[in-house]
Amino acid sequence: MTSHFFLLTVFAFLVSVVFAALLREDVRSQVRTAGWMFASFLATAIVLGWLMYPLPL
Amino acid sequence: MAKSTAAEADRAAAEPGTLVFVCLLAWAIPGAAHLWLGRRQKGIVFRVALSAMFAIGLLLHGRIFAFDLSEPLVALAAVADIGLGVPWMLARMMGAGAGIVTEATFEYGNSFLIVAGLLNCLVIFDAFDIAMGRK
Repeated sequence: MTSHFFLLTVFAFLVSVVFAALLREDVRSQVRTAGWMFASFLATAIVLGWLMYPLPL
Repeated sequence: MAKSTAAEADRAAAEPGTLVFVCLLAWAIPGAAHLWLGRRQKGIVFRVALSAMFAIGLLLHGRIFAFDLSEPLVALAAVADIGLGVPWMLARMMGAGAGIVTEATFEYGNSFLIVAGLLNCLVIFDAFDIAMGRK
């Protein structure tokens, strides 16, 4: 349970599902919105991760 | 006839007492207000997803913050945690959510707990809009 990517994926999934249910009324657009949001969360995390890779810690 | 019945139902739902009840129900039990308002699918989604986020936050040793006005960020986190209503109360009463700072997952747990509370605040607004007949 300590994998950062696994926890990020679970977090992104749950937040996407809740936001999609809040923003859309019919199930079809809820699924589409949740999918887009989830993919965007993951893509953003990966891109930001690589951008921060050269930074010293 | 059906039109007037629907209009009467909207008026009844928009009464102040009903609105307060809907908001309190939405705060206390995530998703319950949507179920009560007949939005079954949304209610189940909120019920499952927000409870899961809260449970995962506790499993990851996140902390349910207490009010500490000397530390503004802690006070804000405490306000966010309260957004989850009864689960928050139960966790406080059972002594859960003490948080283990030395655990690697401590900050992840905090994020899950805080975001679950904030999302439930949005769910309360959504339930209010539905009760007002705006959705």
